Amino acid sequence: MSAASSDGAPRGMASRPLSETPPIVSLQGITKSFSNATVALRNLSLDIGAGEFVSLLGPSGCGKSTALRLIAGLSSPTNGRIVWPGEAPGQGDHELGFVFQEPTLMPWASVFANVHLPLRLKGRSVAAARDEVMDALDMVGLAGFADSYPRELSGGMKMRVSIARALVTRPKLLLMDEPFAALDEITRFKLNNDILRLWETLDWTVIFVTHSVFESVYLSNRIVVMAARPGRVVADLAVDAPYPRTEEFRTSHLYSDYCRQASEALQATLNEEERAE
Amino acid sequence: MSSADLTGLSGPAPGLDVAERRKARRARVERWARWLLPVVVMAATIALWQWYVVAYKVPHYILPGPDRVVDALVRDWPMLWPALLVTLQITLGALVVATIGGVGLAVLFAQSKWVEMSFFPYAVILQVTPVIVIAPLIFIYVPSKIVGLLICAWIVAFFPILSNTTLGLNSADHNLRNLFQLYGATRWQTLRYLRLPAALPYFLGGLRIAGGLSLIGAIVAEFVAGTGGVGSGLAFKILEASYRLNIPRMFAAILLISLTGIIIFAVLSLVTHLLLRNWHESAVKRDG
Repeated sequence: MSAASSDGAPRGMASRPLSETPPIVSLQGITKSFSNATVALRNLSLDIGAGEFVSLLGPSGCGKSTALRLIAGLSSPTNGRIVWPGEAPGQGDHELGFVFQEPTLMPWASVFANVHLPLRLKGRSVAAARDEVMDALDMVGLAGFADSYPRELSGGMKMRVSIARALVTRPKLLLMDEPFAALDEITRFKLNNDILRLWETLDWTVIFVTHSVFESVYLSNRIVVMAARPGRVVADLAVDAPYPRTEEFRTSHLYSDYCRQASEALQATLNEEERAE
Repeated sequence: MSSADLTGLSGPAPGLDVAERRKARRARVERWARWLLPVVVMAATIALWQWYVVAYKVPHYILPGPDRVVDALVRDWPMLWPALLVTLQITLGALVVATIGGVGLAVLFAQSKWVEMSFFPYAVILQVTPVIVIAPLIFIYVPSKIVGLLICAWIVAFFPILSNTTLGLNSADHNLRNLFQLYGATRWQTLRYLRLPAALPYFLGGLRIAGGLSLIGAIVAEFVAGTGGVGSGLAFKILEASYRLNIPRMFAAILLISLTGIIIFAVLSLVTHLLLRNWHESAVKRDG
């Protein structure tokens, strides 16, 4: 089983086949509590296989963003450990990209400079990085906006810049923290398709935090359903629908079946929570 | 202005047209008024002043009319101009040193909370103690008058830069900080590419205050130093003229000081605008 909560929480519809290749990252018995005594995550174990598109789906407060920050190394677990099997021990850099809920661009810098940032921090000059930066902008369809400033762009375009910045280092693992939650539905659908296209072409592994059942089913081939108080995994669903996924998939029976499954798993966590109160 | 034609137009004529025309006219009027109004009010004030002096036969050693002030400005120019240069030199020198010192200390404070906690009280003490009571001590301890003046003006001017820049360095977006951490940015890189740019609008706000304060600091210090001879500034000229009851010259010198302050403020505002116009909310022009 590649994901389970070992403290006896219901496994729900855990139906994922065992993955043959070693996981790209493995969370082992992670507990994270904050100084105000909230337990954001309790005993979370989760293996992320290479090439997977995993959605962490759950209500607010289930610790899905906390899990993402732990994987990114932005905070450290209170208990348990995070293992990167494919990497040499002691390697500091995990070759990952992070897309925040907000675009998180530097307002004083042009689009080009914003996307250049990760490379610049690694000591690559503008001249040395120009091709890669322009490639990244090209991939999100913003090559013509390299000299614009963030404030001149729409919300969706800013998000694309943020994605270009995440992919400019060619990361193996992309972490996305509810990246499209603040966007309108039309823009969100468009960006969903962009992300899927990039995932297919760039051989990524994606961990995508969302609270939208529909988004998670449309995008991912695996949905990890989480419950709150304390944050834990309650279900691990495989979405066995072929890629490329298009608008056709969005209106298919298969899609609505998976949505129902995910909804039920999510609903179960909420009911349980109400009973507990 | 034109409430009469407005009601005249808003009859049966097509509504949109009227509204558009009214809007365009208002914009035109506003464009002119922005320049015209201050000029007219200024002219009226000067005229009123002149009228009052003449009508009430105010003696010129109490309140000179604007004609006498201009006259003094022209006649005493050979003496006021070098004095203005001295004051200007000290003001700008103090502003430069305050900028370097303020930003330098802010960067130092930003490196560690301990440094900030240890040394910020001294900055506050220097700020809240009136410079006029420290100045005599400074002139006792520092043999060079110019250096003494610079120190006094610096004490007055550096605090707004320090406190604003410190605030700015600490207000970089949290997600961006996380991003820098994620990409393994060094302390220096985070400072250079994130915290300093984020602090720029705050620093510029402090700089505009410091520009005015360094002039005030220079003048106050000159008053305290109170020595004449070669190399004395405008403040000493005012002091000297007051001993001689040369009121028009006092007015002329005050006028020069005010103009200097206005020019400093205008230049710093322009610099602020040029540096922030591309990205900061305060400088971005909005349509509509």
